[in-house]
Amino acid sequence: MITILQNGRLIDPVSGIDVSGDLWLENGVIIPARESFPENSLVFDLQGKWIVPGLIDMHVHLRDPGEEYKETVASGTRAAAAGGFTAVACMPNTRPVNDNAAVTRFILEAARSASARVYPVGAISKGSHGEGLAEYGELKGAGAVAVTDDGLPVLDSQLMRRALEYAGSHDLLVISHSEEIALSRNGSMNEGVVSTRLGLRGIPVAAESIMVYRELALAELTGQRIHIAHVSTSAATDLIRRAKARGVQVTAETTPHYFTLTEEAVAEYDTNAKMNPPLRTEADRQAIREGLRDGTFDVIATDHAPHSVLEKELEFDQAANGIIGLETSLPLSLNLVREGVIDAMRLVELMSSAPARILRVQGGTLAVGSVADVTVIDPEREFIYTRDSILSKGKNSPFLDWKLRGKAVLTIMGGRITHNAME
Amino acid sequence: MGNVKEKYRFKHKHILGIEQFSAADIFYILDTATSFKEISSRNIKKVPTLRGKTIINFFFEPSTRTRLSFEIAAKRMSADTFNIAASTSSAQKGETLIDTACNLQAMNPDIIIIRHSSSGAPLLLSRYVNAAIINAGDGAHEHPSQALLDMMTVREHKGKIEGLKVAIVGDITHSRVAHSNIVGFTKLGAEVRVAGPATFMPPHIDTLGARLCKNVEDAVRDADVVMALRIQKERQDDPLIPSLREYSQFYGINRSLLRYASPDVLIMHPGPINRGVEMSPDVADGPGSVILEQVTNGVAVRMALLYLVMGTEGSKGE
Repeated sequence: MITILQNGRLIDPVSGIDVSGDLWLENGVIIPARESFPENSLVFDLQGKWIVPGLIDMHVHLRDPGEEYKETVASGTRAAAAGGFTAVACMPNTRPVNDNAAVTRFILEAARSASARVYPVGAISKGSHGEGLAEYGELKGAGAVAVTDDGLPVLDSQLMRRALEYAGSHDLLVISHSEEIALSRNGSMNEGVVSTRLGLRGIPVAAESIMVYRELALAELTGQRIHIAHVSTSAATDLIRRAKARGVQVTAETTPHYFTLTEEAVAEYDTNAKMNPPLRTEADRQAIREGLRDGTFDVIATDHAPHSVLEKELEFDQAANGIIGLETSLPLSLNLVREGVIDAMRLVELMSSAPARILRVQGGTLAVGSVADVTVIDPEREFIYTRDSILSKGKNSPFLDWKLRGKAVLTIMGGRITHNAME
Repeated sequence: MGNVKEKYRFKHKHILGIEQFSAADIFYILDTATSFKEISSRNIKKVPTLRGKTIINFFFEPSTRTRLSFEIAAKRMSADTFNIAASTSSAQKGETLIDTACNLQAMNPDIIIIRHSSSGAPLLLSRYVNAAIINAGDGAHEHPSQALLDMMTVREHKGKIEGLKVAIVGDITHSRVAHSNIVGFTKLGAEVRVAGPATFMPPHIDTLGARLCKNVEDAVRDADVVMALRIQKERQDDPLIPSLREYSQFYGINRSLLRYASPDVLIMHPGPINRGVEMSPDVADGPGSVILEQVTNGVAVRMALLYLVMGTEGSKGE
């Protein structure tokens, strides 16, 4: 059967088009539009809504295997589809850690019936213990698209150097969680005015920027590419900007919470505003937005990190780091378009085309012959983000009860509708 | 002025920190405490004001004097008091603070006094129980009853707080006493200076209202009040100072340093003192030292807080 998305605004950064028109899908791929609608075709009249390549979130914690009470491949991808995502890359800090082909295959097996494509990311080091390389060849063979010890930095610089080199031999991307633990240890929020007021141990900006600088130096040394995850500070943004200017093969992501919130969100010891790296200052928030505008950042990812009340309804310094993000990323990112920071084309680049290119996976384009991963966005649809509406098992969001604007109303993965909120 | 005072109502259910108070609130607490102070010098040190009230001392950190001070205050007001220490509570068995709080709530206490190593724990507790919460010290956040007894002691001696120069010397970052005192004395119009090695200074200390002094002499110059903080032994994971010996040499409060201070300077310490480290023995025991008066006033301040959160108008046991 042919699916026809009619009267939309087609936005495709890969071919550079932003036009009114229809998009035809058949047998899981995008096909050329024809003169007339065939019988039995499924037609959606979009009335100007946006048709974009399916959104891809390259930084998600699915908690599966091992912490299924927080999230599973099934629940996480349902949340992803509802947020407009057709694919997610899942981080390896599961139990056991995804440091081998068996765990990767386990995740991909669960993903066969999931509501979004799942791209497993393997560990840099065995068990993410920071000693000795994981088996990248086997990980890649099983379907891993990148490696990272996310959640933890790689403290040993020699190990990181070898990881970059060895990953290069297997065409795997290395993703860095950049944190100098000696500076951040026991910290639970940004070090600054608010941490002083609340009497909480702070995490200084330098804990991020020192390690980002090391990663850039190692990428330069090895000539390999590196991707810097969840950048939170002005200082790190600036380091990445300069590295790009001198030709270092670096890509970088930031998240909606870093361009939306500041450390003030912690003011009432709200554990839903606790994550690592922490929310920073207004100056950092502005610098992150500038980095999105000028191209320093390639990707908006969520660092979707579901936790249950067991980890969050605790004293602030005892609570786990991390917030969910799959169902709020699109409306919060659309704010950047409404506020004139970026245009719609750039938004789609940041949320779809760039992650596809960086992970070297399909999607990210509306070109004929491409996989039929498509998201229809109503940029004006308003909704209240209530606890009951969340599909993720985690409800740990600082955006609860926010009125948000802009929503994925139709998500199609491989030609299959995975989410439908058309009115 | 009389009219304004008559209209005043203390409206705080919980005592979580000095930050929540206006200057009028603080003066009202100090006035109430002053009126209660006499009870402790009676032959029969008991008034029936809180008879039938249940007060739980819920201490997750070791404490001798604060816990005892609250317990004496409660008993002198005729309340029934119970003590739970972390080692004997369910915290050891992995029960969460909220679970424990809900269990306590089920026994209908009127007041829960909490000390906890996590900043913000009293606020968290207040969201889950109906009892009034009094913060007896949370992490590096606040220790409001300590700051109130300090302000009471200073006011007794100086007759006022406004315009006084108050120097606080020591580990400001890790001191909830310093935090509450900086906020409190500033609200009452004092000029608060802090001094100590930079490793002991939190970022943006000025936003709390204190002036950061480069050296201890500057902090103490013309000071009406000098308060030293207890210095912890060096922390394993954080090399804050090379040695207690060097600390006492450069930041210890001693006689020769006090030559810079006002001649009738008050010497304070929240206790327990490391004699010879943050304060020399002759200063701790010498003229101007009000360290033991602080302890005495602690009972009066805590009686006042218990009384005020219960909203018990009328009899004060006269």
